[in-house]
Amino acid sequence: MASRLTTSNRAGWGFAIPGFALIAIFIVLPFFFAFGLSLTDQRLVSPNPTRYVGLDNYRELLDVTVITLEPQRDEAGELIRDEDGNLEYPKVRDITRSDDYPQYSGMREWFRWQSGQNAKVVIASDVVFMKALVNTLVFVMVVAPVQAGLALVLALLINQRIRGINIFRTIYFMPVVVSIVVVSLLWRFIYSGNDGLLNNLLDALTFGAWQPIDWLGNPSTALGSIMAMSIWQAVGFHMVIWLSGLQTISPTLYEAATIEGASGWQTFRYVTWPGLRNTAVLILIVITMQAFAVFAQINVMTSGGPLDSTQTLVFQAVVRGYGKQDISGGATISVILFLLVLSISLLQRWLTRDRR
Amino acid sequence: MARVSLKGVRKSFGTADVIKGVDIEIEDGEFVVFVGPSGCGKSTLLRMIAGLEDITDGTLEIGGRVVNDVAPKDRGIAMVFQTYAIFPHMTVRENVAFGLTIKGVPKAEKAEKVAAAARILQMEHLLDRRPSQLSGGQRQRVAIGRAIVRDPAVFLFDEPLSNLDAALRMDMRLEIGKLHQQLGATMIYVTHDQVEAMTLADKIVVLKDGKVMQAGSPMDLYHHPANLFVAGFLGAPSMNFISVDTRSVDNGLAMVANAALDPIEVATTGRDIRTGSRAILGVRPQYLVPSATPAEGMLHGKVTLTERLGAETVVEVGLNDGSRVIAAFGEDRILAPGTEIGLAFDPRQAHLFAEGDRP
Repeated sequence: MASRLTTSNRAGWGFAIPGFALIAIFIVLPFFFAFGLSLTDQRLVSPNPTRYVGLDNYRELLDVTVITLEPQRDEAGELIRDEDGNLEYPKVRDITRSDDYPQYSGMREWFRWQSGQNAKVVIASDVVFMKALVNTLVFVMVVAPVQAGLALVLALLINQRIRGINIFRTIYFMPVVVSIVVVSLLWRFIYSGNDGLLNNLLDALTFGAWQPIDWLGNPSTALGSIMAMSIWQAVGFHMVIWLSGLQTISPTLYEAATIEGASGWQTFRYVTWPGLRNTAVLILIVITMQAFAVFAQINVMTSGGPLDSTQTLVFQAVVRGYGKQDISGGATISVILFLLVLSISLLQRWLTRDRR
Repeated sequence: MARVSLKGVRKSFGTADVIKGVDIEIEDGEFVVFVGPSGCGKSTLLRMIAGLEDITDGTLEIGGRVVNDVAPKDRGIAMVFQTYAIFPHMTVRENVAFGLTIKGVPKAEKAEKVAAAARILQMEHLLDRRPSQLSGGQRQRVAIGRAIVRDPAVFLFDEPLSNLDAALRMDMRLEIGKLHQQLGATMIYVTHDQVEAMTLADKIVVLKDGKVMQAGSPMDLYHHPANLFVAGFLGAPSMNFISVDTRSVDNGLAMVANAALDPIEVATTGRDIRTGSRAILGVRPQYLVPSATPAEGMLHGKVTLTERLGAETVVEVGLNDGSRVIAAFGEDRILAPGTEIGLAFDPRQAHLFAEGDRP
């Protein structure tokens, strides 16, 4: 059936086509291109012809298994212990490089734990990817709730009619306007281990008892430091979204609650929060997607280090695709990230669906 | 049940005075309507009684207790808003029970009170619905239910029927009247609709620019307006004002006339009207009757416009002195524009105002 969209509508299509074309060339096409590339061994620049490799790239990234190591014994069957009295285990690489275990070939130790006398070792074919995956998930799980919560608190604070409240609104929103690259550079100075602002501040607050920390150079603090900065940078944006949600709530509802004698908390619980439902769903999904895409901070501040403690999926995709010219590997990571974000978004929508 | 008493109550927003010294006494169980044009401060006054606005000066007593600085919930009041202000995410039952939930009242007691309120308002069948599934009238019923459950000494209504369509408005008006009889509580009701004011009130308070123009029973205000504003505000179509010359004043009766009005004696009712001064004669359109011939009657002019409403005919008459009056005849009449007409009225139904009676 011919619709008005397709008949005698040349001018309309004429206006639409440039936009459609740009979206098709730079978004739709690369999207399918990534799917295609992830099934090949394509390199960025290579004399060799491209080969179809099926799901090899995915296997290469996702292959994880657990091996059990028994402690080593001497001829008498006694357990061998080192000087500290710890049990000694065979080396993992004796297994992964052994011809007896071709299925473990090329894998490396990710982490291990103790199970009785035995050691359980998780080996992965791509440990860096695994670390990036875990870091990204941790980043999302911390940043999404903290940033959303903090933004809500700020929105509630600045949603009051106080003289000069716009100054605070501007201050909280300012980091959003500044490029993340610039912010990251500035925060490198703040986090600096030698004479950084944060160390100096803590030093002053503790009257000199503070031992300076190289925030970005220490594997146990680097990811946390980047998360803190990321939350600070984008909190203003989500604050504004919360604020717009708050302002859609009718003031008479608050007056009705006042007359009924609702306390501040009860007013929030029965009036404000239910009124913010749709806003909350939006913010949750937007923050989750943004957090999964974390890249610039890592690139500027740590380049994934120290000891891969700040590797993330997008950073790895870029490093592989362009740094190592392994464009099919980068594409594979992108596809995995896409599926991850898609499934989490669908899950969130399902969890926050209107049950009425 | 409680008396409400306002003494010298004032409200200022910055330098702007909104309520300029108001004294009102409301008896226990009385239905009082605040009425006035937009911006007269009637809603502000109600919100001050509710505790949603603070009182700049003066005292507010509810049940013999000064409540100027008492929180709204402790004033023994409940309020019904124009926009209903029912919580969209709660069922009718939860909405009605809201105040009790906040207070932490046990479930059984809560259910009992909600059921009682629902019975009074005949909305038992609505209790499990959501506000989005209700009509405007039903929503307002829920809001009234929420007020009833609080068992307040004073009910406050802020233009509760303004968002309803005309037919529904009349039903709800009757229902609010019944509710007052049933509960016997003190009720304060704000409206700009004089029909609501006239039909519901035991006492009407007419406000203008933050001041009380007159307070009294509806018929008292209708038949004995204290000034030109009250006279013009109550009644539809509104009272005709005719500028007249005072020929003589004798023993409380003034002889007045103008180019279109034959000399007639009207009671001065103690107003400052002197021989030779200008005065204003007020006659309600309903009290003007057409005379048999244009030469008879006291007012003479030509018909300029006729509105036939079936049971009533509203006629605009251009008087011979160039001014206009409206007459409402209680029958269907055909009067072509341009027809010469004479209008008669009973001087006892007319009001004479001095120039100084303009508020």
